[in-house]
Amino acid sequence: MRVGCAWWSDWLCGLGRVALLAREAFGSLFRGRASWRDVLYQVHFMGVKSQSVILITGAFTGMVLAAQTFFQFHKVKMDTATLAVVSVSMCSELGPVLTGLMVAGRVGAAIAAELGTMRVTEQIDALRTLATHPVDYLVVPRLLAAHVALPLLTAEAIAVGIGAGYLVGVGLLGIDPAYAWHNMLRYTGAVDVVIGLIKAVIYGGIVALVGCYKGLNCGLGAEGVGRATTEAVVVASISILVANFFLTLGLTPLLTALGL
Amino acid sequence: MIEVRQLTKRFGPQTVLEGVDLRIERGESVVIIGRSGCGKSVLLKHLIGLLQPDAGSVYVDGQDITRMDERSLLQVRRKFGMLFQNAALFDSLSVAENVAFAFRNQRNLTRAEIARRVAEALELVDLPGIEHKRPAELSGGMRKRVGLARAIVYRPEILLYDEPTSGLDPIVADSIDQLIIRIRDQLRVTSVVVTHDMRSARRVGHRVAMLHDKRIYAAGPTEEIFASTDPVLRRFIDGVSDPKHPDF
Repeated sequence: MRVGCAWWSDWLCGLGRVALLAREAFGSLFRGRASWRDVLYQVHFMGVKSQSVILITGAFTGMVLAAQTFFQFHKVKMDTATLAVVSVSMCSELGPVLTGLMVAGRVGAAIAAELGTMRVTEQIDALRTLATHPVDYLVVPRLLAAHVALPLLTAEAIAVGIGAGYLVGVGLLGIDPAYAWHNMLRYTGAVDVVIGLIKAVIYGGIVALVGCYKGLNCGLGAEGVGRATTEAVVVASISILVANFFLTLGLTPLLTALGL
Repeated sequence: MIEVRQLTKRFGPQTVLEGVDLRIERGESVVIIGRSGCGKSVLLKHLIGLLQPDAGSVYVDGQDITRMDERSLLQVRRKFGMLFQNAALFDSLSVAENVAFAFRNQRNLTRAEIARRVAEALELVDLPGIEHKRPAELSGGMRKRVGLARAIVYRPEILLYDEPTSGLDPIVADSIDQLIIRIRDQLRVTSVVVTHDMRSARRVGHRVAMLHDKRIYAAGPTEEIFASTDPVLRRFIDGVSDPKHPDF
């Protein structure tokens, strides 16, 4: 019971500290304290260098989704609806979630490891002695870059996933391309794309903030850095999955009500 | 200039400093000595607001920095330069970028002016022409010198040194001592040096304060401290682990 209380209280304290870090970071962001050079460097690191991971994830997810949907729909003679399912799923769910998870693994871990090592080797203290706020120099460029990179990577994963699904459905499984295309356009609305992109912006914030928080507050030594890195990936991934449920629940009726 | 009043610091159940009082005047060089783990670096980090005390205050030019938030402290820290025990150079930046770091938000300086000041600082620490090297390519002594160049390039009023000669061979340690003395005299800065290197303490300090048993045990002019017959001071200065067998 006592262990459960301690865990709950630690979790709430951690959540509060992440919220304070977010407030500090967004305050700094809106006051324009970030250096554009640092932001561009981070966009390159998060966006350009994640290309291979995102292309492979998007393509194989689209392909397997097309194949599996076709096998099930074929039983009820609904083959031509396959690509509509692939398209809607990729746009509003799988594109942003899988991109978020892959970026959490690659970028979130790297952020936590880099900032954790900086903390352990007193580089963050050195920043503070040089009259530089660690949030301005370390957190804001990463947060801004993640907000830019994640939607772009998600759009890429969606496009590649739908394209790969189309190739498998039409080229390999023999779905009629005209019907497949028609149904895809009929059932995929702008709302699905907008939901996917809004989710991606939020997941970018989660990955960057969790990675920065874990790095800035990591324990001492190599063990502390290792633990911070693992926790950054686990916490960011779980947060994305939990957030995804609530976003789906909230965004779909909201955007539909707004006429999208 | 800097005044520490009744400073107490605890890490969990362990009290590291308890009721520490210390006063450092403008232009003087104070050496803080004490055994490993006695809280010298903790005290030094309180002087620049890197750590917050559990009780007590630290006044810098009459301002109590223990009551300031991080953003207000940034302004106070412009008066300080600090050399860390392991130099704490930024791995991802070159030597020139490390040394010029303090100028990154100063729009009134041109690139040529920054480059000139970086070269000047590196010249002062006897490391000219290494601007394009990375910290990983430097030896321990060179890293400390670059750390010192980074700390002095913007001409701070107060320089804090955390174990400047630890882990260095006697010749490099001697050159670091010479540098501290040269910078102290040329730039007329207030210096606070934390060390347990007695040779270094004797050379660079106008005044020595010994931290022992969580408090300032003794403080006074360097020669007075080194000539003291107090057993605790004597044992530390002479480096005697067992007073019954001083030769071993």
